[in-house]
Amino acid sequence: MSALLSVRDLRVEFVTRKGPLVALDGISFDIAPGEVLGMVGESGAGKSLTGLAIINLLDPPGRIAGGEIRLEGSRIDNLPPARMREIRGRRIGIIFQDPLTSLNPLLRIGDQLAETILAHTSLTRRQARERAIAWLGEVGIPSPEKRIDGYPHEFSGGMRQRVVIALALCAEPALVIADEPTTALDVSVQAQIIAVLKNLTRRHGAAVMLITHDMGVIAETADRVAVMYAGRIVEIGEVGEVVRHPLHPYAQGLMAAIPTLEARVRRLAQIPGAMPRLSAIPRGCAFAPRCPRVFDRCVERPLLLPVGDRSAACWLYEAPVVAEARQ
Amino acid sequence: MSAADPIVVVRGLRRVFDVSPPWLSRLIDREPRRLLKAVDGLDFSIVRGETLGLVGESGSGKSTLARMVVGLLAASAGQVLIEGVDLAATGDPAARRAVRRRMQMIFQDPFASLNPRWRIGAIIAEPILAFGLAGRQAAARRVGELLNLVGLHPADSRKFPHEFSGGQRQRIAIARAIASNPDFIVCDEPTSALDVSIQAQILNLMRDLQDRLGLTYLLITHNLAVVRFMATRVGVMYLGRLVEIGETEALFAKPRHPYTRMLLDAVPDLSMSGRARTPVGGEPPNPIDQPPGCPFHPRCPRAIEVCRTETPAFVDDVACHLAHGDPGWLGRE
Repeated sequence: MSALLSVRDLRVEFVTRKGPLVALDGISFDIAPGEVLGMVGESGAGKSLTGLAIINLLDPPGRIAGGEIRLEGSRIDNLPPARMREIRGRRIGIIFQDPLTSLNPLLRIGDQLAETILAHTSLTRRQARERAIAWLGEVGIPSPEKRIDGYPHEFSGGMRQRVVIALALCAEPALVIADEPTTALDVSVQAQIIAVLKNLTRRHGAAVMLITHDMGVIAETADRVAVMYAGRIVEIGEVGEVVRHPLHPYAQGLMAAIPTLEARVRRLAQIPGAMPRLSAIPRGCAFAPRCPRVFDRCVERPLLLPVGDRSAACWLYEAPVVAEARQ
Repeated sequence: MSAADPIVVVRGLRRVFDVSPPWLSRLIDREPRRLLKAVDGLDFSIVRGETLGLVGESGSGKSTLARMVVGLLAASAGQVLIEGVDLAATGDPAARRAVRRRMQMIFQDPFASLNPRWRIGAIIAEPILAFGLAGRQAAARRVGELLNLVGLHPADSRKFPHEFSGGQRQRIAIARAIASNPDFIVCDEPTSALDVSIQAQILNLMRDLQDRLGLTYLLITHNLAVVRFMATRVGVMYLGRLVEIGETEALFAKPRHPYTRMLLDAVPDLSMSGRARTPVGGEPPNPIDQPPGCPFHPRCPRAIEVCRTETPAFVDDVACHLAHGDPGWLGRE
């Protein structure tokens, strides 16, 4: 399997007067062509930052301080801004959380779509407009030939997010980065948007990096999932396995803390404490101070190593320890 | 449910917001007034010791209702009786004060609901002092107890809100809410600004406090799983009206209103049992131009002719033309 996107040892720092703060530390993962990779974690875990680093849109003082990012084999983390601009949109489509801020309020929907199509293809203006109408139809906007001349404020939240999806996909990118695409929407509309995103990316063969804090959205959409904590990936693997039988104690705590519709429980499982600030990430395993299964090994930082078909960054799954436990 | 001992009774509650343009523009453009019915005739009661969950999507009037129940917003019509006292109508200041002490509110955003210039000790002591429940020294001692109760340290009373994380701030807001020994707390989206692991801590804390202090909650949220965990009974709101109310277990097992059914089906399935999520067509309409008849009929998969013309009455805990004929037709087999 040759990866579409390959991230190795990515490190992102924020330069401050007191020295650099490490926001992402040793992030490594691959996305295969057509695959949906979910990124989950709590606020501040570094999910969105990973997405921004890939498309090189980190706001200063944030900067990539190490590692490499490859798209179809060639590095994209050190490209000049003009080259990177071509990749954004053409090769990598982007969907942000708030559809109102990702659309230009002064331009008609159709002009925004046509502009993107014209920038990345060799179509004429008339063809681009026809293509734009087709895209609006594909994302499920009723009577697209009329709505194409509307302004963003004339669309509801769910309809706007459909337009944003059309914008992200209209240049037929190989990868779509969707950062909390449904968080601002009501639950009934959320289901519609997820269905549109899933169907369209499948039909056009685009891979998706789906960033969300909503485990339910991941469970029904992603093929694989990466769980992040304090700027690191603690576990990555096939979505069913990670959701049903998480290995890393943080992933276990996270899954157990989510209330479900299925059964009424007396108490929710809870993880004591809160995620550390960037300035106070403990040495060794970042989760150790909150971990119910912490032991002397945890003062050293665990690497993300394979455990069966997935990977976990936890000393509990180091080969000799597993062997001991089996005896 | 009226047979048991109700702590809160809501009767015919209505709130209309005037969202018309200024009168001169209206005159020039010959436009009528535009009225937004945020809450359109609600009747329910809350029994002592229970948690009533209210769910609904944005614009369904949940938060407007919460603000009217605690008296932060005047009703356009109808009344809210707390232990038999109508705060808006009673002329007796002593009675009003007594009711206010027994009723508190927890807000969604723990960053906006705490005064950034006050120390935690002063924030939590304010209701104690305002209601004259204790002197300064006794109040300071009580603040220490309350901080312990919500899982913080008494020494935290010297700190300012910015020194705390979102979850800790929500604990502080809870400590302030229980400082005046209330019986009844209105919680408006208490955990929707928090991460799931922190949400679990806060929900567990709220249930512990309910058991220890015998609290009654009105819990407003858009998260059905949270309601399932917390509530004794659940009410479902759509465009300012209750469409269904019932015991939590029964409502989740056998929703009677198509909208309830739709909400339940729209929740993503975490156990990955293969249940497909059925996306529903359409979005909640703008509450300014409500459809005639049943407000849900444009999105309802089962709508019949009468739904387009007649607004269904809220009878037998559900407002649906179909449910009245054959209760349970929507049940999951």
